[in-house]
Amino acid sequence: MKKQYTLLVVFTLIIALIAGCAQTPSAPTDEQPSSDKVIRIGVFQPVTGENGGGGFQEVLGIRYAHEKFPTIDIDGETYAIELVEVDNKSDKTEAVTVAANLVSRQVSIVIGSYGSGVSIAAGPTFEEAQIPVIAPSATNPQVTEGNDYYFRVCFLDPFQGKVMATYAIDNGATKAAVITQLGDDYSSGLGNFFLKAFADLGGEIVSEQQFQTNQTDFKAILTNIKAADPDVIFAPSSIATAPLLIKQARELGITAQIMAGDTWENQTIIDNAGEDAEGVAISTFFDENDTSTPLAGEFVTGFKEFINANSEYYNKNGGDGVAAVSALGYDAYLTAYEAIKAAQSTDSVAIRDALVGIELEGVTGAIAFDENGDAKKNMAYIKVIQGGQFTFDKTVMTE
Amino acid sequence: MSFVTFIQHCLTGVSLGGAYALIAIGYSMVYGILLLINFAHADIFMMAGYFMIFSVSSFPWQISIPIVILGTVVLGVLIEKAAYMPLRSAPRMSIMISAIGVSYLLQNLATYLFSALPQAYPAIPPLKRQIRIGEVSASLVTFLTPVLTIILVFLLIFLLRKTKIGMAMRAVSKDYDTSKLMGIKINSIISLTFVIGSALAAVGSILYFTDRMSVTPFSGVLPGLKCFVAAVLGGIGSVPGAVIGGFLIGLSETFLVALGYSTFSDAFTFLLLILILLFRPTGLMGEDLQDKV
Amino acid sequence: MNQTVWKKRYSFYLSLLVLLVALGLLFWLEVNKSNYGMAVSVIQKSLVFSVVAVSMNLLNGFTGMFSLGQAGFMAIGAYTTAILTIPLSRVDGVYYMKGVAPWLKGVKTTLSVLPEPLLIVFALLIGGMIAGIFAFFIGIPVLRLKSDYLAIATLGFSEIVRAVISSPQLDRVTNGSYGLKNIPGFGVTQAGGVLPVGAGSLLIPFFFALTTIAFIVLVINSSYGRAFKAIREDEVAAEAMGINLLKHKQLAFVISSVITAMAGGMLAMYMRSIEARAFSVTLTYDILLIVVIGGLGSVSGSVLGAFVVTFAKDWFLRFFDSPLVIGGFQVPFLRMGFRMVVFSILLMIVVLFYRRGLMGSSEFSWKGIFRWIRRKKEGVETTKGEMIDYPDPPPAKPAPLIPDPPGAPQEGGRDER
Repeated sequence: MKKQYTLLVVFTLIIALIAGCAQTPSAPTDEQPSSDKVIRIGVFQPVTGENGGGGFQEVLGIRYAHEKFPTIDIDGETYAIELVEVDNKSDKTEAVTVAANLVSRQVSIVIGSYGSGVSIAAGPTFEEAQIPVIAPSATNPQVTEGNDYYFRVCFLDPFQGKVMATYAIDNGATKAAVITQLGDDYSSGLGNFFLKAFADLGGEIVSEQQFQTNQTDFKAILTNIKAADPDVIFAPSSIATAPLLIKQARELGITAQIMAGDTWENQTIIDNAGEDAEGVAISTFFDENDTSTPLAGEFVTGFKEFINANSEYYNKNGGDGVAAVSALGYDAYLTAYEAIKAAQSTDSVAIRDALVGIELEGVTGAIAFDENGDAKKNMAYIKVIQGGQFTFDKTVMTE
Repeated sequence: MSFVTFIQHCLTGVSLGGAYALIAIGYSMVYGILLLINFAHADIFMMAGYFMIFSVSSFPWQISIPIVILGTVVLGVLIEKAAYMPLRSAPRMSIMISAIGVSYLLQNLATYLFSALPQAYPAIPPLKRQIRIGEVSASLVTFLTPVLTIILVFLLIFLLRKTKIGMAMRAVSKDYDTSKLMGIKINSIISLTFVIGSALAAVGSILYFTDRMSVTPFSGVLPGLKCFVAAVLGGIGSVPGAVIGGFLIGLSETFLVALGYSTFSDAFTFLLLILILLFRPTGLMGEDLQDKV
Repeated sequence: MNQTVWKKRYSFYLSLLVLLVALGLLFWLEVNKSNYGMAVSVIQKSLVFSVVAVSMNLLNGFTGMFSLGQAGFMAIGAYTTAILTIPLSRVDGVYYMKGVAPWLKGVKTTLSVLPEPLLIVFALLIGGMIAGIFAFFIGIPVLRLKSDYLAIATLGFSEIVRAVISSPQLDRVTNGSYGLKNIPGFGVTQAGGVLPVGAGSLLIPFFFALTTIAFIVLVINSSYGRAFKAIREDEVAAEAMGINLLKHKQLAFVISSVITAMAGGMLAMYMRSIEARAFSVTLTYDILLIVVIGGLGSVSGSVLGAFVVTFAKDWFLRFFDSPLVIGGFQVPFLRMGFRMVVFSILLMIVVLFYRRGLMGSSEFSWKGIFRWIRRKKEGVETTKGEMIDYPDPPPAKPAPLIPDPPGAPQEGGRDER
């Protein structure tokens, strides 16, 4: 018929051809000689999108752990561990597709993801396929709730909210304002847990404000907050919004201390907000200067070497600091490793059964799971930005 | 709400409205002449933000500002020539799809080139100077935006009313085919429309982003939609209408957020649109065809 | 005469054969889901998107109205379906923050007497109905105006829906910012039943797509459909012929919105967990891409477009986004985001140079296929016959810069103001 048709048919054929060649996009780390026996661990993380920065730091922790423990012995045979990395782009729709991709690539266990939303979205896919997943840093309760195959090695948002509320009260705050992002379960969830805990501890919530995703102008809500004159502002949100919020607050002359959750532990916030970021307090899972356990010290030294050896890693990590999510990524890999060892099998269901009863010492503390699949943790680290760096302030324990 | 808070909100609203007005003019003029909703206008505005980031990294800001305006104008005209001109006689829907296509392309291109993560917008020192009047505190740009907007709009109205080119533009807007017969060079008039629209968008972008300090590939989307609504609200095709619409939307949005309805601040804009279409489709200034471009 | 009868029967058997092969293949894929997870997932998505694309085409391609509210209507359908079908036992877990509204729980308890498949169908229908009511009321003010206003008003509506769904005031119904999860998926998920695990995960969406698309085809071929096309070609002439413009535009808009919302419900079942953010303008643009590439005014084009675009975007061309080294040579340009750049350039190329898209406004038929194959075989000589088979309409008025595709609206912008 028309020339266009021929062109389009040719185009389709080329697509098919390219697809044929591109069926095996390999993870960048699996370059060791392939032994016959391979066990695959899926890495389900956002490397791009809203949470791309933090996701990559988590991947770094996993890659480092993989470099340290590249093989495993099952029934007297040595299996090479292969990391199958996929990018969920911080997007829930994408997450379902790439989760299906991981399932069809026959992984035995999956580690991921940074960001609770994508983890919740992909949960049913993994559960149906009976593949266990370990979330390194997804703190939302919904991730593991009602899903027998989802586990996590970090603490939960209700706990984190309580920690920050305790910290605020301990520092003498009596009035707090809360800012949350509409349509974001992490932000709204954590904000609400803080709200409840702060009120329970005798504090007063003087202002509750919300903003839209992609909103960049916080002046109106900040003006309201200024009028309410709080002692602290709790604003859990993504890394992208943090510098805007901090700078605009200071511009309006707000002097209250700004606090947030684990996501804010990222150097880019300090780079973008500069001077204004001084005094911001966050809670996190790990502190690189806390060498109370030899394991942690060993990890910090090794991880820094690992980062410094690769300029791309160094740049994307924003220096050779050890982010808490990297440590959690490392711990998640270690947990998966121990579970495979305990199960003595590559079968995903057997590994899942082994995970339930596993107990090990990780770099972020002891790891054992409760009946929901959540790690039993009762301690968080508070860091404050001082002199352009996250500096350790204190640890907070609650029950 | 105390008086100080009220004044502070007014300031924020007027400043936001000024930036909106500058963008809305671009929509209004292009629609007046081509009958096209230039969906790409919002992304031209966003690209102007990125231009600033890159030009400031190698030049001082005094030189960067003209560079940004020039770059944005070139981009705007280029889009017109590549994506709209070949479709002059095509069905309306094709041009609209083409406009959406350009918008989609610019967003994806920006994601590809600059990543989806927000980039810090350079601070222009004099604009960021803190000014305190009693309890009210804001940076200079907040005060400057509405003033600059008004000045630019008066210049534009002067151009439209008093110059030959302005007369030609008004003629094209009033009757496309006849003005063609009268020997007006339609293509240069359309290009000029895009030049003016893009230049104003560039200025708007500098003011808007200096106040907000970060640019993402999607920063243009919402302001773009709101500015289009502002243009319709004021009466599409009318320059003063677009300005009034811009200020109205900016103020109402700020006060809705201030009153705690931030959830509905975006929704309100569109509700306003639907109401306007229902009761007064020609917009507030719709009948005043004098300055229709 | 005899020959045409034979040919008709021939086409029928051929279609039946293809349908059976397709059914067999889908069944085989779904029971072997664990090995072909990616294929199953992409086919599901393509099926859902093909329904949305066809219903968008009913408006944009067949009636000549430009609506950009797809994402909003899909959100309505998706949330209704999700709220009604989340199993009662898991509701409290889902609404973990604010709890579920008592009346909603009451409704769900009443509905729980229905067996699950029936409940899903019921939920999809309700979702469609709600969307239809909304469409009806938006249509009243907007459809009187020019098509551009419809575009911007529907776009606005879609943003309103998104904002309302995620508002804290509706926390106890839509679960606001926290999204909904535990939505039942397609097909059998529990082992031990009569049917194997995975059965239905492709056939259910397949039959859904088949039914809804068949419905739209029936509408298009009815007298209403002919009225739609008349409106597309020339509103004034259509009105002069006695077609009630408002009524027919309203009808097309409502039908399209209802089907879009039902497809939104299917999307919720595909995604298993939804949040308001997923239904942004980008979703509408993705569907527009499918419709334009498939060809405005062709149902089979939209279906084909949905499959080609979804397969390419979610599967085959995925490697565009990751750096690739072939034989030590770093392939340029390949990095995050390149895939979408390629697709947007493709959209621009189609809009500017191949305005017909894959199918133009023609439909798929076996006859066409055979004719095409024959022509390929015979080669160059047939170019003459081709001109006779598919005549382009003579260029309208003074020759435009680019000839209009056959069947495209000829309103020509200018004289409409």
